[in-house]
Amino acid sequence: MTHLIKGARVLGGDPADLLLEDGRIAAVGERLSAAGATVVDADGLVALPGLVDLHTHLREPGREDAETVETGSRAAALGGFTAVHAMANTDPVADTAGVVEQVWRLGRQAGLVDVVPVGAVTVGLRGERLAELGAMADSAARVRVFSDDGHCVADPALMRRALEYVKAFDGVVAQHAEEPRLTAGAQMNEGDLSARLGLTGWPAAAEEAVIARDVLLAEHVGARLHVCHVSTAGSVEILRWAKSRGVQVTAEVTPHHLLLTETCAESYDPVFKVNPPLRTDADVQALRAGLADGTIDAVATDHAPHAVEDKESEWAQARPGMLGLEQALSVVLETLVEPGLLDWAGVADRMSVRPAAIGRLDGRGPRSHGRPLTPGEPANLLLLDPAARAVVDPAALASRSRNSPYAGRELPGRVVATFLRGEATVLDGKAQK
Amino acid sequence: MKRHLLEAADLDRADATLVLDTAAQIDQALAGREVKKLPTLRGRTVVNLFYEDSTRTRISFELAAKRLSADVINFSAKGSSVSKGESLKDTALTLEAMGSDAIVVRHSASGAPHRLAGWVRGSVVNAGDGTHEHPTQALLDAYTIRRRLGRLDGVRVAIVGDVLHSRVARSNVWLLTTLGAEVTLVAPPTLLPVGVGSWPVQFSYDLDAVLPKADVVMVLRVQLERMNASFFPSAREYSRRYGLDAVRMAALGDEAIVMHPGPMNRGMEIAADVADSVRSTIVEQVGNGVSVRMAVLYLLLGGSPQ
Repeated sequence: MTHLIKGARVLGGDPADLLLEDGRIAAVGERLSAAGATVVDADGLVALPGLVDLHTHLREPGREDAETVETGSRAAALGGFTAVHAMANTDPVADTAGVVEQVWRLGRQAGLVDVVPVGAVTVGLRGERLAELGAMADSAARVRVFSDDGHCVADPALMRRALEYVKAFDGVVAQHAEEPRLTAGAQMNEGDLSARLGLTGWPAAAEEAVIARDVLLAEHVGARLHVCHVSTAGSVEILRWAKSRGVQVTAEVTPHHLLLTETCAESYDPVFKVNPPLRTDADVQALRAGLADGTIDAVATDHAPHAVEDKESEWAQARPGMLGLEQALSVVLETLVEPGLLDWAGVADRMSVRPAAIGRLDGRGPRSHGRPLTPGEPANLLLLDPAARAVVDPAALASRSRNSPYAGRELPGRVVATFLRGEATVLDGKAQK
Repeated sequence: MKRHLLEAADLDRADATLVLDTAAQIDQALAGREVKKLPTLRGRTVVNLFYEDSTRTRISFELAAKRLSADVINFSAKGSSVSKGESLKDTALTLEAMGSDAIVVRHSASGAPHRLAGWVRGSVVNAGDGTHEHPTQALLDAYTIRRRLGRLDGVRVAIVGDVLHSRVARSNVWLLTTLGAEVTLVAPPTLLPVGVGSWPVQFSYDLDAVLPKADVVMVLRVQLERMNASFFPSAREYSRRYGLDAVRMAALGDEAIVMHPGPMNRGMEIAADVADSVRSTIVEQVGNGVSVRMAVLYLLLGGSPQ
């Protein structure tokens, strides 16, 4: 299939045509033509490299009632993603080569995005002993990101060993930074509001203490560290300090932590319950600034689908997590692009180039991601209408779950088309399979 | 009055005063009567939905509803469909389908009454949710103070104990300050919430410094399991520093009163001779609880006092 995209503004630049052929970008220029090509009118649309998510929960195997690899892949494609990292906290846990290969194969079958499995750091996410990290790295799934997400690798000796061990295959440990002894029973950000609402507090220090410890460990053993879903101003400061010392640390922030604050909890509606919790406005501002100046490397969704019964309950009983794939780019538009904190090149960098590099998907092969939109590169890209605005309707989402924190909220931007290796996974805003 | 009573923080001065005045009217109407019953809520159904054990609060609400001639159903989480895994929402919809006009709910999860209010058409009364609020307790405490001292404006109230985990403390903070009282919270720093500085109250770690200036001392129950989580080193040390005993009681002004929401740990947060002294309003609080809950049910479910 050959596609000829007419008049797209690559990274917001002047309109140009892009010819996609045999899975690659064949040409970029003015007034291109190609016999037999499907023409896509991109007048007024911005072209960006296909987005890469470092943090997605696809729930399969185990909770197919909440999401499957296929439905999550469709949500991802509609959000402009061409690759997603599938977190390991499935049932069974993705802590063996067998499970990561199963997830990888399901992603291949769905064919909407490249599903890149994340391997568990420890057996069963229990934080006791290392899973067979090398076997997962050597498997067909070629795992490079390892995480016990949902749980912190709290034992400092185990964390040190994990950081060291994955150096053998250029892996990275993605830490869910949460000191569990400080967050027993925690429900929301600890502060004035938690005191009033009577919800047990999740102190910022529980995140910051682990990040501080881990950057020192990473420095000591010369390993790569990635910090998941950074949520506090203090964490941004620690990361800035660590980077200034040359520590090999990268970090991500979620769309919801860029937009929403703890005041959402006043409703006691658990759709706003998430781990780490929504924080204060000062934290939100610091996260935006940290993403803008590059202290935070990437936006990652932490897309966490949950069945209705796991959210339609008391706050304390509900599972933490919220949907994110389909609105991630819109939230970045709202919180960073429209206020002038990030340009289109910056969006491409934080949502495609850097996450692909962290996951080691940025090589020169045909299955690489986060590459520039230039001739010869894999044709992974999206077309965005930045002028469109729409009110989020959870019932209209492709995800099998409905726990969107953006329900009823108007957000800018609409992904018109997504291409995975030249094949349209989304056209005219609709998934193609 | 709003349709629900979810938190004392919701009540403005006019609404709170209306509840207290209505309770006083009810007390007056029933005073000296042999049959302590009003026909006001005849034909209405009140459900007591209790997910936590609480004999005194449940009985108080039951009595209040019965004295207003309402039909009362007690639904306890133990031995019901709840123990088979039925969700709060399904339980609420079931009760509503059976025609309940008001649900009085006690739940270990903060915010559970708020969730309930979003699912049912009838009124919801919070009878204590987690560590959040217990608004009728605060209303009965305010009613008791007003009866004993004749006013609430400018009354200095010291609330002593485990403020961090106390829904009684939270409700009293909002209600008493709304009604013009000056509240001081007294506790070891570990038992005051982070963020207490944003509340419209004073706080202190030193009970002895606060007592001479207090018109009311409200002692909170301290659960011994807090000791195991290192909120304080030992029951004895807690009692020594924050327990109200006869020696400390002697530091109070002549008119000052001592309150406790019950159940008490005698010898821990309050000494027996203090609990049984003439300053103590503890038994009176229980009686006032019925009147105040009658007022709340009456105001939420309509009708006019006889």
